[in-house]
Amino acid sequence: MSELKLTAKDFKSDQEVRWCPGCGDYAILAALQSFMPELGVPKEKIVFVSGIGCAARFPYYMQTYGMHSIHGRAPAIATGLAVTRRDLSVWVVSGDGDALSIGGNHLIHALRRNVNIKILLFNNRIYGLTKGQYSPTSDQGKVTGSTPLGSVDYPFNPLSVALGAGATFVARALDVDRPGLTDVLRRTAAHRGAAFVEIFQNCNIYNDGEFDYIREDKDARTYLEHGKPFGETGIVHDETDLATAFALSQVTWEKDGAIPLGVFRDVQRDSYDELVQAQLDNAAGAADLQALVGSGDTWSIA
Amino acid sequence: MAKPVEQLESVVIRFAGDSGDGMQLTGGRFTSETALSGNDLATFPDFPAEIRAPAGSLPGVSGFQLHFADHDILTPGDRPDVLVAMNPAALKANLRDLPKGGTIIVDTDAFNDRNLKKAGYDASPLEDGTLGDYQVHAVPLTSMTVGALKEVEGVTAREAERAKNMFALGLMSWLYGRPVESTLDFLRAKFAKRPELVEANVKAFNTGYHFGETSEAFAVQYEVKPAKLPPGLYRQITGNTALSYGLIAAARLSRLPLFLGAYPITPASSILEELAKHKAFGVRTFQAEDEIAAAGAALGASFGGALGVTTSAGPGVVLKSETVGLAVTLELPLVIVDVQRAGPSTGMPTKPEQGDLLMVLFGRNSESPVPVIAPSTPGDCFYAAIEAARVAIRYRTPVYLLSDAYLANGAEPWRIPDVSSLEPIHAGFAEADGDAPFLPYKRDPETLARPWAIPGTPRLEHRIGGLEKANETGNVSYDPDNHDLMTQLRAQKVAGIEVPPVEVDHQEGADVLVLSWGGTYGPVHAGVRRIRAGGRAVAHAHLRWLNPFPSNLGDLLHSYERVLVPEMNLGQLLQLIRARYLVDAVGYNRVTGKPFKASEIEAAVEALL
Repeated sequence: MSELKLTAKDFKSDQEVRWCPGCGDYAILAALQSFMPELGVPKEKIVFVSGIGCAARFPYYMQTYGMHSIHGRAPAIATGLAVTRRDLSVWVVSGDGDALSIGGNHLIHALRRNVNIKILLFNNRIYGLTKGQYSPTSDQGKVTGSTPLGSVDYPFNPLSVALGAGATFVARALDVDRPGLTDVLRRTAAHRGAAFVEIFQNCNIYNDGEFDYIREDKDARTYLEHGKPFGETGIVHDETDLATAFALSQVTWEKDGAIPLGVFRDVQRDSYDELVQAQLDNAAGAADLQALVGSGDTWSIA
Repeated sequence: MAKPVEQLESVVIRFAGDSGDGMQLTGGRFTSETALSGNDLATFPDFPAEIRAPAGSLPGVSGFQLHFADHDILTPGDRPDVLVAMNPAALKANLRDLPKGGTIIVDTDAFNDRNLKKAGYDASPLEDGTLGDYQVHAVPLTSMTVGALKEVEGVTAREAERAKNMFALGLMSWLYGRPVESTLDFLRAKFAKRPELVEANVKAFNTGYHFGETSEAFAVQYEVKPAKLPPGLYRQITGNTALSYGLIAAARLSRLPLFLGAYPITPASSILEELAKHKAFGVRTFQAEDEIAAAGAALGASFGGALGVTTSAGPGVVLKSETVGLAVTLELPLVIVDVQRAGPSTGMPTKPEQGDLLMVLFGRNSESPVPVIAPSTPGDCFYAAIEAARVAIRYRTPVYLLSDAYLANGAEPWRIPDVSSLEPIHAGFAEADGDAPFLPYKRDPETLARPWAIPGTPRLEHRIGGLEKANETGNVSYDPDNHDLMTQLRAQKVAGIEVPPVEVDHQEGADVLVLSWGGTYGPVHAGVRRIRAGGRAVAHAHLRWLNPFPSNLGDLLHSYERVLVPEMNLGQLLQLIRARYLVDAVGYNRVTGKPFKASEIEAAVEALL
């Protein structure tokens, strides 16, 4: 077989990209299209599945197979695909509302089962497509169209949720940080099982500046390194230790003056499709349809 | 000395007891013995949703009715001839169904003050004349069972007492001359890990059998000769088992892997459990986190080229409608099984109804047509499942398969099909046509189906989604005329699905047509037979396809003076045919949570003659 020679251009669909000018999604799309050739996987073996929201338009722009489905359901749909088609590279693109609000149930169960899918959660901490209501990751007190006096909700920490759900791979990246994002994507793609990546993404229309502390200041971007302490926290990173990953997931810019980027957790565990396939492979008995329909007590009528 | 044997043409027996008394098992075993006797039969398991309602209480009564005969029959019987009541509550809950002169077999040991009080009896009905009009066999079932098992080692008092259902089964098996070997084999297999329980249950069964033989309480033994059914090899089957086999057969016929997404729900769970057994056939069952994920995963599997199926009952199906709508616009195969049960919301989970027809037809946003097929008998669930899959695959569409709790749990003899005679299903995945651009919504001119291009196929990479698509290219489109066109095309595709013509069972001189659908076939046709047996003419047509309707339906309806539509709902098919064909049909509508009785159908037809 000849070696695949694909370029970023091969992954661009013929559809005009229709995010707002200046949206962080453009940077993520460009990073992914540039990274995809490195995967060495033929385009037809790659599938992007999304739900609803700004981020969910992502599959339309990728020259791969894709499905823009319904709000929150992408992990469920991707589960059915990944367990029946183990030969595919299945990616889910989601947002904070899609993944953590309406689709929260599907997200935690896909992670719990360790389904072989890569989940990219574009977290802009706002509802963009519906014009600026607060999201489950918005800060308490957030003033939006639906919360004129400020939100009273306590927000989710997406990484802590993923870790709590038993995710085997958890990472964080930043939309405009091309090298950091690409490193994380590389690790994500290499992980067999459910991979969860939170990507800080700026919504320049409804929540502009949310991540400026690291978007605007490259020097403020601090990366996790396995076996090394993170910043001033004193936490020595261990990608295989759940408690460490959880502690690091709770580190915030506001509280700690630094926010970790990179891989929080990476452990190997049999993936859902592998376990299902093993049961099929080990199933006893012949697949004899005539014997099946004629099983049990039978009698003849002449 | 052998007792005299009396010939009967048919018998209806109802076993009734506490939910924990093993009545479903007892009825099921008696059914197996009866099937092996070559009788035609129909069963109606009728049990509460509560797994173990308070012992001895009326809500906890579980029943199993079996009708068997020396001729072909259609229903589990309107009223039992024989009632086996394991306690006062079982007697009280079922007595009103028993015609005067009927036979009652009771466990006298259960008729103590405590149980009588729980059932609401002030005095024992065995002693106060309540049962004067019946033939009562008062048998101390429990104490005789416990007595017989005294010498079986390793069996607790509770276990010995629990074997009383096998005593009852043994007694009934003697009374109707049933072959017993299959039950003894069953007990040996069921309790294989505890030989002492094998011994106890076999002993209880045999003791009951011998009690019948020797006790003066039973003067005669009955015989029901084998029925003359079409020749072939038979087994008994329930609707949910047949439906599961049908799905496996459809996967085999289409050479697609079967993927089931399901969330446990009564009365559909046994399909999930049945399919989970058949991994050797490559069946993947996914017990999802919820009904929505179950449907979503099935659709994802279909996108990847599997036969995606999701199963549920009404309260779960409502949650799936969002996904079904997506499948409508994605135009991908998907089979959605709705095993209908009674009532809005949770309703009566174990009881049948036909209340979901309008929901599956119209319960989605906007114009989202979905074909609907409803099996007519437990055995027909096999063929209906294959047909549903065939249409889903051929036309690239979700299809509703509308069963019900009566079909799901009811058993009947089933002539085992020759699977090599089943017609293959052509999946026909799209392949790249040279360098021509791929058009995911370019339709087959005959079926209007779009190509099914599965991931992994080189050069057919494409994106589909819930947004409206431009004709042919499938690109997102907000063009007004395109939306109108796509809406029309989706409607035309479903309207144009080829379904067989509806067959009418006409009778010379009939000017009344009875039009039924789905699981009511048995009782409705039994009612029709009664009218005919009375020398009156009536025609009967039974619908399996509810969308689209068979093309000859309109003409058929207009060829009769009056049309009666019996339904276990408030007139859903009735409303459809009145609107569609401008026919002045009338309904017969009852929603009791029990299947129709032949007698009520007879009366409803009678009123129109």
